Amino acid sequence: MKKNDRTVMIIKLVLLSVFAVAVLYPLAWMIGSSFKPEATIFKDLGVIPKQFTVENYFIGWKANGRTSFSVFFRNSLFISILCVIGNLLSCVLTAYPFARLRFRGQNIMFALMMMTLMIPQHATIVPQYVYFYKLGWIDTFLPMIIPKFLATDTFFIYMVMQFIRGIPRELDEAAIVDGCSVYSVFTRIILPLTRPALVTTTIFTFMWSWNDFFTQLIYLRSAPKYTVTLGLRMFVDSTAKSAFGAMFAMSTLSIVPMLILFVLFQRQLVEGIATSGLKG
Amino acid sequence: MRSLKNRTAPYVFLIPWILGFVILTAIPLFMSLYFSFTNYNLLTAPKTVGFSNYIKMFTTDVHFKNALKVTFLYVFVSVPLQLLVSLILALVLNKGVPGLSMFRAAYYVPSLLGGSVAISILWRQIFGMQGLLNLILQRMGINSTISWIASPKTAVWTLVILRMWQFGSPMIIFLAAIKQVPAELVEAAEIDGATRLQRITRIVIPMISPIILFNLIMQIISAFKVFTESYIISGGGGGNGGLGGVRDSLLFYTLHIYSEGFNKMRMGYASALAWFLVLIMAIVTGVIFAAARKFVYYE
Repeated sequence: MKKNDRTVMIIKLVLLSVFAVAVLYPLAWMIGSSFKPEATIFKDLGVIPKQFTVENYFIGWKANGRTSFSVFFRNSLFISILCVIGNLLSCVLTAYPFARLRFRGQNIMFALMMMTLMIPQHATIVPQYVYFYKLGWIDTFLPMIIPKFLATDTFFIYMVMQFIRGIPRELDEAAIVDGCSVYSVFTRIILPLTRPALVTTTIFTFMWSWNDFFTQLIYLRSAPKYTVTLGLRMFVDSTAKSAFGAMFAMSTLSIVPMLILFVLFQRQLVEGIATSGLKG
Repeated sequence: MRSLKNRTAPYVFLIPWILGFVILTAIPLFMSLYFSFTNYNLLTAPKTVGFSNYIKMFTTDVHFKNALKVTFLYVFVSVPLQLLVSLILALVLNKGVPGLSMFRAAYYVPSLLGGSVAISILWRQIFGMQGLLNLILQRMGINSTISWIASPKTAVWTLVILRMWQFGSPMIIFLAAIKQVPAELVEAAEIDGATRLQRITRIVIPMISPIILFNLIMQIISAFKVFTESYIISGGGGGNGGLGGVRDSLLFYTLHIYSEGFNKMRMGYASALAWFLVLIMAIVTGVIFAAARKFVYYE
């Protein structure tokens, strides 16, 4: 019986490992291929390059020759960081009164807010585009950033709210007895204690803004404003056939920030997904 | 004094949200409904045309039917398969495996990166004519020289595979749910002589059925909204057959909205398309919720 269990376990482990290798192989092949000489990429199934080169990275980094990936990375980083700041500020500001305070119109406002969870982006994208067009914001970063400062990511508001509800009310009450105003309860008690939820918000907002393609595609028009995702698109659009190495090199670089966040915050990511269904 | 402060403070905190809700959600919602009954190209004022945009969808727009077909096939094939894979793996991993966190991490990586442009680019190369898949098939002695993306019959399946590949995040949710199933229930069934399969189908699956419903709804909604993959894999307009691929085989609904609204500047028609998508998604989730009453077990 015991021995039988062990064989079952070994078979299971082998199958799981084989499956893991199969799942990760395409990704590993891309990363490996980014270090192979252009001509050998589609002749070699291996992951580890037989001839190691970083030439693809130099070619890819130059992009179209006029605007390089230094610009694209800087733009992506700038947008993502501002989106994170916007989401952190606006989500916690919105979550606090809904979770802790009583005020007129609370129920109806909460219902409206939860309704926005169910409205797909498409139902509002055209008028938003018209707004931003009239404001002269096309080909600027504002259409990506400003909405984050206006608490449009309901998912995170709700998550932070649930978290605040878990903080013992006695803490607020004690602080109020000690003479704290509603505002200082917020800054001294709630804000420091919601840190774990804010970390989750930071990671997911950064990754989603970094990966965002649709919004950046419709609003950003000129190469100096392009982000990494739009820079990568240039490889797909161009008719030049022989740039697979460069394309893989820049694709690899584009996922490095995601992988770094994953390694650093794996626990928070897994918990965020398991407890609130946040998608990766 | 305290209550006085309390009266204004909530609204002070809510200023950003109220602004955002009114300006970026409520007004645009009504505006896009209005636009859907107009012809509007941004440059001249919208011109009211009644229901003609909605009529156009079902009559003169030859791409609309293709977009619906591709999207429905994708949503209703890829999501169940993706959830099946993630459920099976969650059940296997739950039994306690050495290195569980390592497997969980490895299986999660595709979900982490799946929606990125980088992965769509990779997919385009894997299933291309001289791609990785054909190379593997040739090494195995199968002489395959077709481009899986450029042939209309196989194109959408490359995206189905891409979604299945991202089984990691629903798997993590399933794993967390299975852990919550009371051990006594499973043990009691074991004592009563239930086989392993019976324990899974009669105890574990019913107990986690609310989570299955949750994953199903979330994944269906996100599958309806797929854009990056169809844009990049169909070549961003520069590749085979233009935006939407050969014979619209990769023309997902959202790509059609994009192409009408933001390429051809038909804002009115794009709004009508968008509202029709909202309607479809509402009906689909409504039907699933209604059907779920029979299958989902709530304590």
